[in-house]
Amino acid sequence: MIDIIIMIFCTLGALAVLLAAIGVLRMPDVYLRLSVTTKAATLGIGLILVGAAFHFSEVGVTSRIIAIIFFITVTAPVSAYLIVRASYFIKAKLWEHSIVDELNGMYDKKTHSLSSTDLPDEVASHRTDDEEEIEEIK
Amino acid sequence: MNLENYLLYFILPVLTLSTILVFIRFLKGPSIADRVISFDLLVIIGLGTIAVVSILADQPTFLDIAMIVALIGFLSTVAFSYYLEKRQRND
Repeated sequence: MIDIIIMIFCTLGALAVLLAAIGVLRMPDVYLRLSVTTKAATLGIGLILVGAAFHFSEVGVTSRIIAIIFFITVTAPVSAYLIVRASYFIKAKLWEHSIVDELNGMYDKKTHSLSSTDLPDEVASHRTDDEEEIEEIK
Repeated sequence: MNLENYLLYFILPVLTLSTILVFIRFLKGPSIADRVISFDLLVIIGLGTIAVVSILADQPTFLDIAMIVALIGFLSTVAFSYYLEKRQRND
């Protein structure tokens, strides 16, 4: 019985990892590749480790596995954020069918700090219109 | 079909196939960010392989190695991205 549970968890995990690998190979863009990698691979490794926890079924091993899963779940978004920030600064190309780049011109080129106050003119005018509408509603 | 054969003849080949696919992207990768991403994924797949091998060998001690590998992978990713950003700023 417990063998079947381990088989199910390991199969789902291995298939999720395989999907992540295919996505990394096939996706057209750095950002899309990163989005595939982070979610699918974290899920797959978590499932395989849960299968290992079912196989050993001791308190020490299970707590160790929970610590590993917690560590991966915490650190995967952080590392993904850092890589994607660095690759935006080194001007990795967007996919040619991408529609909008909302960060365009929002980063300061010297200090690399994100500014939300110095909006481009079009966005600022839209914003004032919205605020006027809100005041009219009030 | 017992668990050992299933892990040995299905799970490990699937993980190996995904390692090969990611390694193709590691060699091809147009920018350096692609290489960092695929290196991160290679480390994570290695972690899964360590977990499967620890089930096969019935040795829970291998999971300690998995934890250390996860730590080193995270640290190397942070260091790579920090280096990329700093290099761009100094130019």
